[in-house]
Amino acid sequence: MDSPATYLHWGFILISTPNLLVIGGMLVLFAIALVAPFPHGGKDEDGHG
Amino acid sequence: MKSMQTQEEYYSGVRMVRYDLVKELVLAVAGVGILVLGLSVVLSSPDVPPATIATWALSDPVDFQTTATNELAGTTTSAAYGNPYNTNGPGQSWGPIAPQKWFGTRIPIDSANTFVIQPLQRAATGNTDLLAQLDVWQKASPDQQGKWTAAYTKALTTATVKDGQVTVADGDYGPLPVMMTNLLGLAQTGGLDGLLQVNGRFYQTDYTPSLVFMGDGAYLPGLAAQANLTGNQWGMMNETGRYPGQTWLWLYTMWYQVPPFNSPTGFLGISSANADLGIIILMTLLTVALALVPFIPVLRDIPRWIPIHRLVWRAYYSPKVRS
Amino acid sequence: MDTARPGLVEPKPEPPSWTLRVRQQIERRLPMDHLLPDRQPYYVGSWVYVFGVVTIAALGWVVVSGVVLAFMGPQWWHDSSLGRFVNSIHFWSVQAFFIFMVLHLWGQYFMAGWRQGRASTWLIGVVIFGVSILTAFTGYLSQQNFDGQYIAINAKDAMNAAGAGAFFNVLNFGQMYGLHVMLLPIGVIFLVAWHIVMVRMRGVVKPIDAEGATR
Repeated sequence: MDSPATYLHWGFILISTPNLLVIGGMLVLFAIALVAPFPHGGKDEDGHG
Repeated sequence: MKSMQTQEEYYSGVRMVRYDLVKELVLAVAGVGILVLGLSVVLSSPDVPPATIATWALSDPVDFQTTATNELAGTTTSAAYGNPYNTNGPGQSWGPIAPQKWFGTRIPIDSANTFVIQPLQRAATGNTDLLAQLDVWQKASPDQQGKWTAAYTKALTTATVKDGQVTVADGDYGPLPVMMTNLLGLAQTGGLDGLLQVNGRFYQTDYTPSLVFMGDGAYLPGLAAQANLTGNQWGMMNETGRYPGQTWLWLYTMWYQVPPFNSPTGFLGISSANADLGIIILMTLLTVALALVPFIPVLRDIPRWIPIHRLVWRAYYSPKVRS
Repeated sequence: MDTARPGLVEPKPEPPSWTLRVRQQIERRLPMDHLLPDRQPYYVGSWVYVFGVVTIAALGWVVVSGVVLAFMGPQWWHDSSLGRFVNSIHFWSVQAFFIFMVLHLWGQYFMAGWRQGRASTWLIGVVIFGVSILTAFTGYLSQQNFDGQYIAINAKDAMNAAGAGAFFNVLNFGQMYGLHVMLLPIGVIFLVAWHIVMVRMRGVVKPIDAEGATR
């Protein structure tokens, strides 16, 4: 892990692969959180589930 | 005021369902723990050993001597820095905004004395040749000193290195060859690290002189450039090796890569010469704007226009649709 | 005079008790069943809501690993493989903390979580973000390795340009370390606690365009 990272260069953007993975991963995680079904809890006060 | 409305009033008519916050927290702690422990076991963390003045003097003795000579000549970054180290430079300013000057010389550094003369004086015990040459230097006029440093700096560009020793072509350099050879020898043994860090005391925790001196050279910044850590390589975001860095600093470091902050001529008085000040002002304004989003038109309305919330609250907007 | 029981003298009215007043204020603003509710509005049903508590969990791991590192001293993790492991926990939990905090920020932004009297909750959140960046910064400066060295040398110019360098010397390890292990964590933890209390006092904000609606 101590060997140099690969850097990607687009125009003025220069980013390391690990950083790109982190940012890309965050966007994917946010998108998944938006669409993934959320387990509905137990019954509410009226007994509806 | 809406904030004084009780929760019972606020949620009146809203269906409440069971939700276990404490269990959620415990699961979160466990989940993050598994993630973090796993990454620690598999990937460890970065720890590249620090550079020292000794490694600098051994790896690149010509750069070391060039830097030391430039300290005497007053041409290094630190020598001409300005406050808080000295008053030899104006510092960064944007029109009347010049905070670098406002608080005085609170961390005094006299580059020539701190990095060259005083360490040599301390190390000169019993070394009559060095003491004599230091005396020649101290007694010479600034004009004469300038001639020597200019000549020696030029000679160093064609110097040869053998067994860590620097040899220059013959010329009139006054006391500089003796001074620089001694300083180089002192540095290579680690003595200069010690003298600059300890500076006559016993305990200390302030590394200002050593770090400023190393920053004046090309060796440490050169290592940093290889690791993509410098300012115009988005360096603020990066880490050594293949570890993720400080991705949250992306916007802060981005400005250093674009005009006017990376341009020598700049725009509206902001250029690469005062980029640090310009970017700090800009990021302060943007951070305040982020804090005040609830009160800023357009910024506070974007969530309505880009309806990501319709996914979050789909149970509310389409109540027949059950996941 | 109490006519039902003649002879009984009513006690003089007591001066107001400050303790009682404080307790009543707290009970009014944050009763226990608001601090630790076991019910939430039915629309709190998305994984986006989870980013906040995961950020708190990450902060917990940051603090615990940080306490171990502080107890053993700043040299330990360079010399000991257990120390390096604890440092790795600290490093990765900091990464997790920032990742989940920013995801929480994105979520709250797109939910316009500042509505209906919650602007101060949002504002404290932005302050937490800023103080966290400062805490991480002093941490990177406390590493005593090559990365910390260069960060110090490079960052000093920005600090000096802002005038802050005269008081906040990034080359002064003692100062940066003291800020990092004590003053700033106290600040972050205090602000996070305040942020949580504000969320619990007001409850989770309603969906957009639900003002006044009672679905």
